[in-house]
Amino acid sequence: MIKVEFLGPIAQAPIEMEAETLEDVSVRLKEDRTLAQWLDKCAVALNDTMVNDLKIVLKDGDRVSILPPVCGG
Amino acid sequence: MDLYKGPLDTKEIFGRWLDEEVRSNYGAYISFVGTIRAEDGIEALSFDIYEPVLQTWFDRWQEKAKKLGAIVKMAHSLGDVPVHKSSYLSAVFSPKRRVALEMIDAFVEDFKANAPIWKYDVKKGKRIYASDRSTPMDGAGLLA
Repeated sequence: MIKVEFLGPIAQAPIEMEAETLEDVSVRLKEDRTLAQWLDKCAVALNDTMVNDLKIVLKDGDRVSILPPVCGG
Repeated sequence: MDLYKGPLDTKEIFGRWLDEEVRSNYGAYISFVGTIRAEDGIEALSFDIYEPVLQTWFDRWQEKAKKLGAIVKMAHSLGDVPVHKSSYLSAVFSPKRRVALEMIDAFVEDFKANAPIWKYDVKKGKRIYASDRSTPMDGAGLLA
């Protein structure tokens, strides 16, 4: 089981799911129409490290963070 | 790197940073201040920060600075910051001016693009995500 959390303005509670790779997470999140609208603009962190590969294999207890567009300062 | 609830005390922070490095033999100290402008009827801006990823981002910049004999410092606000108050301070100390001048530019620009901080306009006490001024981070769209 992994946990997906949504940061900043994405008003969505964390979701727990079974997923072997980030590709599985993508498929699952796209089922939700509201979340799907955010995905093309969002970056992804795995256990607080930014990642850029859908093939990354996930393990039990992993935490995936979805980071929407930023504007600090 | 320090995060503060509400507006930053710019004079105290800049003074402290100077004191911290008073004997470090840096020849240049270049600072940047981000201040909330009164525009579009806002009362304040408000900020959410994801600190673990911000710390990693900052540590990477500190490594880059170290290779050039320099250091970076940064402070940012959490929550609401009223107009005319400051929400962001950063600085580079380096042995000579050129490194600090170039690094403050690159550091602030990368901060705007990749620091995990979300900005909201505050109007009539309500927070509104500043989506039109926000930038997708490097690697955005991976799950789309």
